[in-house]
Amino acid sequence: MKGQALAIGMVLAAGISMYVTYLSNFDSLRRTQDAYYDRFRFADVFASCKRAPLRIEDRLRAIPGVAAVQTRVVVDVTLDLAAVPEPIRGRLISVRADARPALNDLFLRRGRWIEAGRDDEALVNEGFAVAHGLEPGDRLAALINGRRRSLRVAGHVLSPEYVYVMPPGEVIPDDGRFGVIWMDRRALASAFDMEGGFNDVALRVMPGASSEEIVAQLDRVLRPWGGLGALPRQLQTSHWALDNELKQLQAFGFLVPAIFLGVAAFLLNVAMARTLAVQRPQIASLKALGYSNAAIGWHYVKWALVIALLAAVLGIGAGAWLGSGMITLYNQYFRFPMLLYQLSGGVALTALLIGIAAAALGALFAVRRAVAIPPAEAMRPEPPARYHTSLAERAAVGRRLSHATRMVLRNLERQPWRACASVTGVAFAIGILFFGFIFIDVMDRLAEVQFGHVQRQDLTVSFVEPRSSQALFEVASLPGVMAVEPIRSVPARLRHGHRSRQLAITGQLAAPDLSRVVDVSGQAVTLPAEGLVLSKILGEVLELKTGDLVTVEVLEGARPVRQVAVTALVDDYMGLNAFMEIGALHRLMREGGSLSGAHLMVDPDRMRRLYQRLKATPAVAGIAITAAALQSFREIMAQNFTILTTFNVAFAAIIAFGVVYNAARISLSERSRELASLRVLGFTIREISLILLGELTLVTLLAIPPGLLIGWGLAEFLLLSFQNEFYRLPLVITPQNAAWSALTIMFAAALSGLAVRRRLDRLDLVAVLKTRE
Amino acid sequence: MGASTPAAGTGLVFEARGLTKVYHMGEVEVFALRGVDLDLHEGELVVLLGPSGSGKSTLLNILGGLDVPTSGHVMYHGRDLTEAGEDELTAYRRRHVGFVFQFYNLIPSLTARENVALVTELVERPMDPAQALRVVGLGERLDHFPAQLSGGEQQRVAIARAIAKRPAVLLCDEPTGALDISTGVLVLEALDRVNRELATCTALITHNAAIAAMADRVVRLSDGRIAGIEANAARRSPRELVW
Repeated sequence: MKGQALAIGMVLAAGISMYVTYLSNFDSLRRTQDAYYDRFRFADVFASCKRAPLRIEDRLRAIPGVAAVQTRVVVDVTLDLAAVPEPIRGRLISVRADARPALNDLFLRRGRWIEAGRDDEALVNEGFAVAHGLEPGDRLAALINGRRRSLRVAGHVLSPEYVYVMPPGEVIPDDGRFGVIWMDRRALASAFDMEGGFNDVALRVMPGASSEEIVAQLDRVLRPWGGLGALPRQLQTSHWALDNELKQLQAFGFLVPAIFLGVAAFLLNVAMARTLAVQRPQIASLKALGYSNAAIGWHYVKWALVIALLAAVLGIGAGAWLGSGMITLYNQYFRFPMLLYQLSGGVALTALLIGIAAAALGALFAVRRAVAIPPAEAMRPEPPARYHTSLAERAAVGRRLSHATRMVLRNLERQPWRACASVTGVAFAIGILFFGFIFIDVMDRLAEVQFGHVQRQDLTVSFVEPRSSQALFEVASLPGVMAVEPIRSVPARLRHGHRSRQLAITGQLAAPDLSRVVDVSGQAVTLPAEGLVLSKILGEVLELKTGDLVTVEVLEGARPVRQVAVTALVDDYMGLNAFMEIGALHRLMREGGSLSGAHLMVDPDRMRRLYQRLKATPAVAGIAITAAALQSFREIMAQNFTILTTFNVAFAAIIAFGVVYNAARISLSERSRELASLRVLGFTIREISLILLGELTLVTLLAIPPGLLIGWGLAEFLLLSFQNEFYRLPLVITPQNAAWSALTIMFAAALSGLAVRRRLDRLDLVAVLKTRE
Repeated sequence: MGASTPAAGTGLVFEARGLTKVYHMGEVEVFALRGVDLDLHEGELVVLLGPSGSGKSTLLNILGGLDVPTSGHVMYHGRDLTEAGEDELTAYRRRHVGFVFQFYNLIPSLTARENVALVTELVERPMDPAQALRVVGLGERLDHFPAQLSGGEQQRVAIARAIAKRPAVLLCDEPTGALDISTGVLVLEALDRVNRELATCTALITHNAAIAAMADRVVRLSDGRIAGIEANAARRSPRELVW
């Protein structure tokens, strides 16, 4: 049973290692997150406004439940790096030179803190600095209030607000395209007319206090000063991304190992049952001598526990190794001062216990049945197996089946449950593989839709302030611009009953060519002349259907509040979107043809000149480059999915190998006498191999359809659980993926079959002459 | 002792000279055969008689191409079996040898007819499976599975399976060992009929001396050596045997 024990142990170890990998990463990330947030006083509530006077800080502190208040000046600017042709978006955040921030403190990695009186010194977020090779002492330029200001890098810092750095309005992290810079508050306030005031506030909430109530009160306080809507920590971008990753790790950490452990338990059950059947006479003798069922049962269960223990040791070790590798991936996207891999005793112990539980469960069922047989009955030989013509043979084609095929079919039908269980085990292997391949296609499809059908512009230019329609012509006349479409983006809160969401309503052409509204089927949606077109998920969040009225509280300018009809819900992939035809939005705002930015199509040969002009344009808050976003997306996906696919294939192959090997060894054990007899009669090893492997081939082939269904089901389930307000993942099933999944598993099964087939060379032909069945 | 006198039939099928088989059990050497010389002829029925450990099974295994001697030679129709490789021995068993095992060794998932048909696919001019089964008196049980047949019936199916190839040689290892007297007689009758009708050279192992009376010659083995070879003046019918 050594080979079988090894195969079962491998499946068990694979399941345990995946559990350890995912859960230890979850644990490490969670602990790091908690420690980081705690030590660096990460805020609980965030809000911004147009401009509020510092004197209202006391009112903020007086809000019930507020433990600490921090006001800041935060401004989005354009950064200019000599080595980078395009303008880069940046965010300037104020800090005091003489004290650490009360909330959202910074971890100083390199260099030093800014010095008092040094208006040009800056602390740069580490990711951005490393991406562009900015060392302490280097300089970079920022367009501050229309003037190009040279800033000197004092140090590299990390902030709990920017663990995950996403350029504004995007969902792909990219350290290089969004720089976060902390500067002396006085200098920043002076440059942006914020002396004696602030436009950003963060709050710490007392334990037990309600963040929702505090958010509501904060909005009330900030409303007169152009408050743009407060957010609790759960909706803060960086925290949300980290939390989402943690949830996924937890989900994966339970679901996938459960499959492996279930298969291992089944394999152990079958292997034990076979061993016990062979040892029936010995068990009978022991019982006759006076050994109890419990004593005999424990002897066999012990073996299962030994397998489990060894598998757990291997699995925990492998899981720790894989986990420490996985954490280095996280270090690339999540910026912590220190993200150390830690395998906690709790995770290791739980892994050990679940491995033992799975093995014990698998063994107990087989053992209980076997030891319960009365000794006299156990001493009698087992009744001969009863066979009958198989279902397939009763069809007309049955007459043409070879004897070997009939043997295979009848043997499978004689023990249908065992055959089903083997098929199910292999089906799960196919399912895991198929699911993994589907995920790759899902990401490809997302990229294709988002960057091929939705975002067809080369650039999106955002202005510091909304500008008149004249700006459209000015942008159109910039070097290299071949096409331009206006955008009017208005921050607003949409409210329906007790539900609300804060977002930006995007006004654009009814049927644009560049940035379009596209649904999951790839159809572009024409915006109606009036009313709101919302993402379907936004409709679900606000419990809105087409035709309903939604309250729009504009958070800009005159802050009108209007009732607007929802004219369509679009099932789209990314973001929580609200669109209006640009004219309709102008009417809602009671303004002329103003725009917040524009989508551009640009001649690639003149791109550099355009960048130079945009860098020098004070009115431009920033640009988003579609090609760069797509490249980031592909790089991240390529790296992640190469690793994930490798593991997926390896683990699925382990399951397939384990199940087929186990079935093959049991089949060989049950039929070695039969096969040896055939050898004596003159059958070659090749001919008897076909009989043995024919059964395994059939099991593998039968597993393909349910396996693909399992993969489909897993994909549906997990993609559904990944649906959120930032992105919805499309389910993409292709025949190529199905074929690859089936072929990979057939290859693994073939290898396992060949490993067993070698044992046919060692059949004892002499012994079989004397062996009773 | 030594080479036998020619018995029924004419041609020499097997010519064994100096057959020795030694098993090494750790430091102990076990001599299963010690310099055995034996000839077997076409059409004769030979009983190999001896107690447990006398070497009769070892000798049968070597004649059947299942084992190779430590020293000595076995010629089958002039071909030296001891020089043959694995593939050649498989081909030899496939085309020339029919085996009957003590515990029948039928394929449990195939019917009687299918068990016989399985081996007829191995040779060029086999018997019809149904005909082979009729020879052994099982013409009415063609489509029964082994679990539906008695021990004697199963053994007769095994005999039909062995003869359906029209083998030159039929080797039977304790064919009645697992059967009661009356069933055993039925099986011996089948073997007797097959030997007489098909003129197959038949070697039959038994520890039951009563069975020796149905043979043309009886080879007595003891301690790995041929203790004696006797020719029966006349073969008795299996029905006349008493044990």
